[in-house]
Amino acid sequence: MSNVPNELKYTKTHEWVRTESDGSITVGITDHAQELLGDMVFVELPETDATYTSGDDCAVVESVKAASDIYCPISGEITSVNEDLADAPETINTDPYDTGWLFKLTPEDSGEVDELLDAEAYLELIAEEDH
Amino acid sequence: MSPEFTSGIKSNQLIFEHSATGRTNGAQMVEDVASASEIPEGLLRKTPPMLPEVSEMDAVRHYTRLSQKNFSIDTQFYPLGSCTMKHNPRACNTLALLPGFLGRHPLAPERFGQGVMACLWELQEILKDVTGMTAVSLSPMAGAQGEFAGVAMIRAYHDANNTSGNKSERSEIICPDAAHGTNPATATMCGYKVREIPTNTDGDIDVEALKEVVGPQTAGIMLTNPSTLGVFDRRIKEIAQIVHDAGGLLYYDGANLNAILGKVKPGDMGFDVIHMNLHKTFSTPHGGGGPGAGPVGVSERLKPFMPIPVVGKDVVGKDEGSFRWLTETDLPQSIGRLSAHMGNTGVLIRAYVYALLLGREGMVRTADYATLNANYLMARLAQAGFDMALPSRRATHEFILTLKRQAKDQGVTAMDFATRLLDYGFHAPTTYFPLIVPECLLIEPTETESKETLDAFADVMKTIQEEADANPELLKDAPYTLPVRRLDDVKAARELNLKYSPAKD
Amino acid sequence: MPFIPHTKEDTQSMLDVIGAKSIEDLFDEIPVELRAKPLENVPAGRSEMAVNRLVRQRAAEDVQPLCFIGAGAYEHHIPAAVWELTTRGEFYTAYTPYQAEASQGTLQLLYEFQTMMAELTAMDVSNASLYDGASSLAEAVLMAVRANRKSKSKRILVPRTVHPTYLKVVKTITQHQGITLEMLDYDIDGGHLNIDTLPSEPGDFTALIIPQPNFFGVLEDVDALTDWAHAHGALVIGVVNPMAMALITPPGEWGTEEAGIKGADIVCGEGQPLGVPLSSGGPYFGFMCCAQKHVRQMPGRIIGATNDLDGKPGYTLTLQAREQHIRRSKATSNICTNQGLLTTAATIYMSLMGPEGLRRTAANSHANSCTLTKQLNAIDGVETIFSRPGFHEKVLRLNKPVKEVLSALEDRGILGGYDLSAEFPELGNALLVCVTETKTEEDLQHYASSLQEALQETLAEVSA
Repeated sequence: MSNVPNELKYTKTHEWVRTESDGSITVGITDHAQELLGDMVFVELPETDATYTSGDDCAVVESVKAASDIYCPISGEITSVNEDLADAPETINTDPYDTGWLFKLTPEDSGEVDELLDAEAYLELIAEEDH
Repeated sequence: MSPEFTSGIKSNQLIFEHSATGRTNGAQMVEDVASASEIPEGLLRKTPPMLPEVSEMDAVRHYTRLSQKNFSIDTQFYPLGSCTMKHNPRACNTLALLPGFLGRHPLAPERFGQGVMACLWELQEILKDVTGMTAVSLSPMAGAQGEFAGVAMIRAYHDANNTSGNKSERSEIICPDAAHGTNPATATMCGYKVREIPTNTDGDIDVEALKEVVGPQTAGIMLTNPSTLGVFDRRIKEIAQIVHDAGGLLYYDGANLNAILGKVKPGDMGFDVIHMNLHKTFSTPHGGGGPGAGPVGVSERLKPFMPIPVVGKDVVGKDEGSFRWLTETDLPQSIGRLSAHMGNTGVLIRAYVYALLLGREGMVRTADYATLNANYLMARLAQAGFDMALPSRRATHEFILTLKRQAKDQGVTAMDFATRLLDYGFHAPTTYFPLIVPECLLIEPTETESKETLDAFADVMKTIQEEADANPELLKDAPYTLPVRRLDDVKAARELNLKYSPAKD
Repeated sequence: MPFIPHTKEDTQSMLDVIGAKSIEDLFDEIPVELRAKPLENVPAGRSEMAVNRLVRQRAAEDVQPLCFIGAGAYEHHIPAAVWELTTRGEFYTAYTPYQAEASQGTLQLLYEFQTMMAELTAMDVSNASLYDGASSLAEAVLMAVRANRKSKSKRILVPRTVHPTYLKVVKTITQHQGITLEMLDYDIDGGHLNIDTLPSEPGDFTALIIPQPNFFGVLEDVDALTDWAHAHGALVIGVVNPMAMALITPPGEWGTEEAGIKGADIVCGEGQPLGVPLSSGGPYFGFMCCAQKHVRQMPGRIIGATNDLDGKPGYTLTLQAREQHIRRSKATSNICTNQGLLTTAATIYMSLMGPEGLRRTAANSHANSCTLTKQLNAIDGVETIFSRPGFHEKVLRLNKPVKEVLSALEDRGILGGYDLSAEFPELGNALLVCVTETKTEEDLQHYASSLQEALQETLAEVSA
C-alpha cells in the first residue's frame, strides 16, 4: 500500500503539495506515482523565475519505459528546483516526500491549496484507479 | 573450451578491440596522394578518427559472429504483433541488387532510368488497386513519414478549401486510445492538437464518444482497421459518415493491411488517405530496424497535395509510353518533398517484385492464410487456458492475449513470458501494446508460418505456463540461453554510455 | 500458392480447431457491402523465373554511362564484403532491436556505428541513424528549436549554399512548427557564406546551418561562422559529407575557444558515401551527432551499453522515453524506424576502410577533382567560377547552355554533372562536376576531350 502522509495536499495527477512556514509551496510526486512509473532515470525541471498557471505542465519525470508530465498544482513563480535530482533521480523512488521533492514556488493565491485533495480523498482516488 | 573465447578472440569484443595501430586492409587502399591537396592547412583534419584498423578477415569474422547473435525471420518464428514478420523472399533482394538499379545516379537523366521508373509506375498502379485510392505517391521513406505526409495533406486540403482565404481553423486530429504512438506524434508534428477517444469493451471505437468530440474544429481522424486490438471495426462506415459530416477527413494507418489485402479496400471504407508499410504487407526486409517504405494513397480530393516526386507516364505525343518524374511543376499544391530523391527506391523495387510474385490471387490468399493462422493460434492458446482480451471476437491477422490473471496470482508478467519464449527459440510477441490492455501479448503469426510452427509455439506457451505454476522465479530470470541474460535498462538510461572509449592505461 | 506452406489437410484441421467451416467464415465480421471486387489492375501471379526475366530486362535498360554527377549522392568503391555481410539473413531479416536479448548482434553493431560516427565528426554522441541526409537536416532544425531554450524566436539562418533539395525537405517537414528559415546569400566570388554578410545587429537567432562542403563543393569558413553563431546565442548545425571528414576539420573542432564554446552543436548529413550504392536514390541513411548536453533532444533510436544480470556487458535501446511509442503526442519526433540495414553496411564499410583507407579515398577524390578541373580550365569556353578550395566537386561556367552540353556528353558515354542553371540562374551556364576515387586518368582525359568536342558541336549547331 502506498504511503500517503496526512499533512500534505494532493492533485488528481499525483503531485503532492506542502505549504512551508514561510508560505512557499513545495511540490513532488506521490509514492503511488513513483511506484507506477518505476525506476527514475531522468528529471527535467522548470527554470527558476518561470511562472506557471495551475494545470500547466512544467516538468517531466522519466523512467525507462515511461515519461510523465508534472503539472503545476498551484499558480505561481518557481523559486528553486531540486538540483540533486540531476545526478540521483532515484531519490524520487526512495524518498518521494522529502529529499525527492521537485521544485518550490511562491503561490499567487495561497487559497488555491485548499482546493486540492486531502489525504483521505487522494487515497480514495488511488483505490478507484486500482479497481 | 571457455565460452568466452572462440577462435582465439573474446566473443563479446567490439571491433575496436580487434584493432592494431598501423594494421591496414591493403585491398581497399587507393594511391596516397596527400601532396596534391589544394586544401589549406587550417581546414585539414589534425588527428585521424579512431576507426578500426583491422584486416578483412577480422572484419568478416567479427560481423558474421555478430549476426549470429540476432534472432531473425530466417532463423526463428517471429510473431510480433503489428509488425507482420513474414518470410522475405530472396528473389526480391537479388533483383533489387541488380547493377542497373544499384549503379544508377538518382540525378541521371530520365532516359537512363526508364527501367526503374517502369517498375515504380507499375507498383503505384498495383497499390492504387489494392487500397482503392485514386493516386499513390511512393516517396515517403517509412510508415511514420507516410503518416506525416497524410496528415500534412489533410492540413493542406483544409487550408486550400477555406472560403475565407485564410488558413483553416480546424485544429484537432482525433485518435483512438489504442492507436500506434506514431499517430499522435504525427498529428503534433503537423501542428494539430490530439483528441483521444476511448474504445468499447468489444474492441470497436466508442461511436458515442466520437460524436461528442467531432465538430467544426475537427481536421480528421486517424484510424487503423483492423484496429491495433486485432479486430475489424464493424461500424467503420458510420464513423466515416460522422467525420465527413463534420467536414473532417479520414486517415488510414496501413499497419494492418495484411489482414484485408484484396478483401477490403480502405477507399471503400471511406478513407481519404492511407499510408502503407511495405516492410510489413509487401514483405520488404526489416533489416534490424529499417529501411522501410511508407507510400501514401489518396482520394481524388487530396490528389493535388501528394508528396513529390511521383512517377508519371506520358500517354500522348512523341514520348508516349515513357516515364518521367512529376515534380513541383506538375503538382504545384504538393505538400513538398520528403527526401533528397525518390524515397527508398531499393525497398520499392523489392515490394514490386513481391507483388508480381503474389499476383492478384496471391494477395487475397495472403489475407486468407494470415487470418487462418491467427484464428488457429488464438484457438489453440485459448484451449491451453490462456485469456484472450476479446474472446467474443474473430481475430484478424493478429490477436491479443492478456496475462493480467497470471500477473496478479503468480507475479509473472507479459515481459517474463516474452523473455522465457526466447529460451525456446521463439521471438517474443509484441508486449505492452496496445497500452489499454494490461499485461498483453499482441500475437501475429503471418501467413508464411506452417501449422507445425504454430503448434510448437502453442505447446511452448503451455510449458511456460506450467513453469510459472511450479516456479515463477524461473521466468523472472529468463532468458538463460542467449548471448546475454536480461539487461539492465535502468543502468543504461542513468549512466549513459553511447560510444566506446578505449580504457586508459 | 507462393510462400504459403499449408496443405489442404492442414487448412481443414485448423478450421476444425477454430470451429469454422471455411476460411471465408473468418471474415464474417466484415460488413458484406465492404467486401472488395477482384483486383483488376494487379497482374496474375507469376513464377520466380518469369519475374526474374522481366525485372532483369528493366535493370538492363538502366545501365548508365560514366558518371560525373554528385550533388549529394556519390559513387565510391564498395568492398565486396560489405554487402555480402549486410545481406546475411540474420541482419537482413531481423526486426528493430526492441527485444534486446535477442538482438545483441544488431545492437552491438549500432553501438559501434555510433562510436564511428562520433569519431568521424568529433562529436560527443551519435544516434543510430535517420532516413536520409535531407530529412536529417529537417530533424536537426526541429531539434535545435527544442535544444536552444534561451532562444524564443525559432529563427534559423540558412545559407543558400545548403543543398536546394534539402532545403525543400526542411520546409515540408518543419512548416507547421512556426519556424522561420532566413536565407543568407553566398559570396559570388568565393562560393561560400561570407562572414560579413551575417546580420550585424544583435538578435535572437535559434541556429545557423553550416554545410561542409557546401552544395557547390566549396569549403566554408567554419571556424569564423561557428564563433559568430555562438557569440550570438545561436546553435550551430553542421551538415557534412562524412567522407570529407576523413580529410578536413570535423565539426566537433570547428570554431575557436574565443566564443567560449568550441565545436558544432548538432551535426547531420547523408551517410550514403559510406558503403551505400547510388541505388537510384535510396535507401540511403541520415546520421545525426550532437554535443552531450543536447542528447535528450536528439530524435531517433539510441543504443547504450549496459550489463546483464550476471554483470556481463550488453547493449540495449536507451532514452526510449523520448520516442513516439512512449511519449506519443509529446515525442521528439514521430520517427519509428531508422535505416538499420544501411548503417550495418556503413559500419562494415568503415571497419574495412579504417582511418587510412577513408583518408586516402577522400584525398584521392579531391586530387582527381583538382586534376580534372585543371584539364577542363584549359578548354576554351570553360572556367572555374569560385576561388575558394573545395572537396571533390567544382562549379564550372560554360559558354554554352548546360543542357545542350550535357546532352552532347551523354552521346559520348558521359553523365557530365549537375546543371545548376535552374536553381542558381545568377551563375549563368553553371555545371557542378564531381570526381571521386573511382575515376581513372583515362576517364578524366575522356571527359576533357569529350567536353571540348561537345562545346564545339553545340557551337556548330547554334551557328547552323
